Amino acid sequence: MISQNTPLAVLKPKDFASDQDVRWCPGCGDYAILKQTQKVLANLGSRRENTVFVAGIGCSSRFPYYMGTYGFHTIHGRGAAVATGVKIANPELDVWLVTGDGDGLSIGGNHLMHALRRNVGLNIMLFNNRIYGLTKGQYSPTSEQGKKTPSTPMGSIDPPLSPLSIAVAAEASFVARSVDVDKSLTDVLETAAKHPGTSLVEIYQDCNVFNHEAFAYATGRRGFEKEDHVLRLEAGQPMIFGKDRDKGIRLTDLKPEVVQLGDGVSEADLLVHDPSDHCLAFLLSRLRHPEFPEPVGVIYAAEKPRYEELVAGQVAEARERRPDANLRDLLHAGETFTVEA
Amino acid sequence: MSSGDGVSVAQKPAKRLTSAVIRFAGDSGDGMQMAGTQFTDTSALFGNDVATLPDFPAEIRAPAGTVAGVSGFQINFASEDIHTPGDRVNALIAMNPAALKAHIVDVEPGGLVIVNETEFTKVNLKKAKYAEGYNPLDDEVLNSSYQLLRVPISRLNSEALAETGLGAKDAGRCRNMYALGIVYWLYGRPLETTVTFIENYFTKKKKRPEVAEANIKALKAGYYFGETAEIFSTRYAIDKAEIAPGVYRKVTGNDALAMGLIAASELSGKDLVYCSYPITPASTILHALSAQKQFGVKTFQAEDEIAACCAAIGASYAGQIGVTGTSGPGLALKGEAMGLAVITELPLIVVNVQRGGPSTGLPTKTEQADLLQAMYGRNSDSPVVVLAPSSPGDCFEIGIEAARIAMQHMTPVVILTDGYLANGAEPWAIPDVEKLEPIELPEAGDASSFEPYARDEKGVRPWASPGMAGFEHRIGGLEKEHVTGNVSYDPENHQLMTLLRQQKIDKVAEQVPAIEPYGDADAELLVLGWGGPCGSIYTAVERARERGLKVAGAHLRYLNPMPMNLGEVLKRFPRVLIPEINMGQLRSMLRAKFLVDARGLNKVQGRPFLVEEISMAIDRMLDGTWGDAEALMPRNGELVLPRPWTN
Repeated sequence: MISQNTPLAVLKPKDFASDQDVRWCPGCGDYAILKQTQKVLANLGSRRENTVFVAGIGCSSRFPYYMGTYGFHTIHGRGAAVATGVKIANPELDVWLVTGDGDGLSIGGNHLMHALRRNVGLNIMLFNNRIYGLTKGQYSPTSEQGKKTPSTPMGSIDPPLSPLSIAVAAEASFVARSVDVDKSLTDVLETAAKHPGTSLVEIYQDCNVFNHEAFAYATGRRGFEKEDHVLRLEAGQPMIFGKDRDKGIRLTDLKPEVVQLGDGVSEADLLVHDPSDHCLAFLLSRLRHPEFPEPVGVIYAAEKPRYEELVAGQVAEARERRPDANLRDLLHAGETFTVEA
Repeated sequence: MSSGDGVSVAQKPAKRLTSAVIRFAGDSGDGMQMAGTQFTDTSALFGNDVATLPDFPAEIRAPAGTVAGVSGFQINFASEDIHTPGDRVNALIAMNPAALKAHIVDVEPGGLVIVNETEFTKVNLKKAKYAEGYNPLDDEVLNSSYQLLRVPISRLNSEALAETGLGAKDAGRCRNMYALGIVYWLYGRPLETTVTFIENYFTKKKKRPEVAEANIKALKAGYYFGETAEIFSTRYAIDKAEIAPGVYRKVTGNDALAMGLIAASELSGKDLVYCSYPITPASTILHALSAQKQFGVKTFQAEDEIAACCAAIGASYAGQIGVTGTSGPGLALKGEAMGLAVITELPLIVVNVQRGGPSTGLPTKTEQADLLQAMYGRNSDSPVVVLAPSSPGDCFEIGIEAARIAMQHMTPVVILTDGYLANGAEPWAIPDVEKLEPIELPEAGDASSFEPYARDEKGVRPWASPGMAGFEHRIGGLEKEHVTGNVSYDPENHQLMTLLRQQKIDKVAEQVPAIEPYGDADAELLVLGWGGPCGSIYTAVERARERGLKVAGAHLRYLNPMPMNLGEVLKRFPRVLIPEINMGQLRSMLRAKFLVDARGLNKVQGRPFLVEEISMAIDRMLDGTWGDAEALMPRNGELVLPRPWTN
């Protein structure tokens, strides 16, 4: 949710930076996300005093220290719970939650799921680098099976989970994906910030120390042509992708398939993106490299009542029903008896 | 005497008593808690002093008729000032064989035992695991030891309700009211309070007027039975208690605590944000507060204990009063988040309604064994304020005091109440709202000179919350640099901050009232207690003094920091006894801090102390027969060494 206050002075991206030295590894994808977030806040006309960045633990979760807003670096996995308390106490604040794949999906999986289903007015940025960076390179809940790390020298045996599938299943009202160095990130974050209720944006983020180029296919590194491996979603538009925009996604027998345009296949045969379609959202969340291009952009968006407003609404309703409520009557409620002097 | 409900009652001889302890016991579906609560309310309104001990199984419905499924409710009501639910039961109402089996042991010799004879069937005797062919009602020893009265309550109740048209099941459910009617007659209680309750509950709330009518009919039928049946030789009369003038109501500890927290919200102008995960016996605080949203109370039933604590911290960070409530194992889960509140120096109230442990332990039974967890159960040096109410009514004051300290000193405050205080009830002198002191809040100061970790003369940092322009700053779990609050790994700074956090808590002691022992100033022995046992200790000390012994007692409401005169008080008395419902946690703290040879009386049976247990300990401390033991435990009416206690 964005601030409703009229800006007193136009703030620039640098006004949203703190005076602290940024201490991520040189080349970390977090830098790109930090810059774009500061730009988004400036674009939105946000006020520093009304903006709160809450984080858990991990490299990404140092994010609040580098923002010139209010910030709360909390404990491992619990950022969503702290942020929920902030919103309940003061629904006017623009609250952002920065979390990673380890923080948000492993130790904090429970809290993430419940923040999503409650539709607390949070902007959640889930930095997914498929590795534990801060603890020096163990596999994470999104690491691919067979991943060799210090804690899995023979290869990880855990199947990875899909953050977007979880978000859709947890009744999230806004689900999107982008990539740290992708030009779409600013737009996606802006759209997410404007969404009332919880927005979850999965951001593919490069950990260039422990899991470098895990998303090379989506960033165009290692010789990949990225447009062949990402599907840029646009509402109302057919799902076309590829450097030459000659490929698309078609549904056959309820199963998605990649098709080559021409050769008897036209745009009219392709799936059309509808961000309000919950079933389609789940389907999109299942498209994985290398079999499919991976969707970026807004996968799902729906209006749903916001949790903190429902909380405040019940308080308002109770006050309306009992406008004369006072402490004296509360203490004297029920049966009382008087002992005379 | 009139029942006050048009029931005219002929005079039977009434024996005057100063107090009586009665206990309702039956299957957990028998409505014993409701019957006990009604008796309590009626007696409180009648003007008696009352104290109660509800005792129910952890299972919602253990198999009917088994000893495991027995639910009990004990009430001590008196014409004098009382502080405990009583030791020995004067009258037991046993609704089935299992209830008799489970509770007869607590009845005084010669005491009244009213049994629901209808339920003493072969099947039920078997369920209660009595030996084949044995019926306790025919037992000569039992009959000669107690006044055993057989009343076919279930049958009489069904007959009384035969004309109501109510089904057998619904009619059967009224038998608790039939039993209550008998007891009301026996102790000369008016029926109005219960009649009003039944009408409100069944007619207005549940929309079942026919059930209300049946319950009232059963209540009156029980009452008439007392009058007409020739089985009771005596009635008992317990006059109004001489208690201080004022307006009173009955409260349980959890009710009082909920009201105290709302009062704190009103007194400080901050919204109360109560975040909790359901857990026995703390859940009723969540229920009570959820019903009071007109006071701006926001309640959040979180997904788990950790989230509850974190959300409360988030609420405090955002400028309101964050409170989280739980019981023992829940406190363990909150530990990491409490550490976050310590290092970020945010206000936070953590209510721990202690219960038997470790782990899930005895979920519905009382204990006070989380003191060391509250004090030290977090990583590193992590000092917090710890408070403990000394009676159900005192929970109100503790709620306000915790909020005052949390906000004025920017610190987590743990309230250690317990299952006995939480569920137990007593008459409570309703305080004058006008006389409650407003809670002054710390100022954030001036934006231009704001430093998030600058401290005032009390060592307290300013409270600036999101939304305040010019005060933007970052906090978190990483060590803070003194004054600026920036992340710092500097070794000297960590030592300094560790000290500053400790000093801040120590300075709270300047506002802590001095501990004031009662009893004999020149006593040989001080009996010091905290929390639930305070009532039993008070009564035992007073009884010892009546016997001419030189004894003093004291309640410790502030466990961290402790009153500044505590060391001096402990040294003033040659001997110190500390009864606790744990293995000696306060005793350990005091021995370590003050090098005092405090002795312990330690009971961990899921039940509060009997006065006689503390009386025995007082006697043994004074007559020199205690010996070298640091602690004794009550067992089967004796005090024994904990160690050789084997089965």
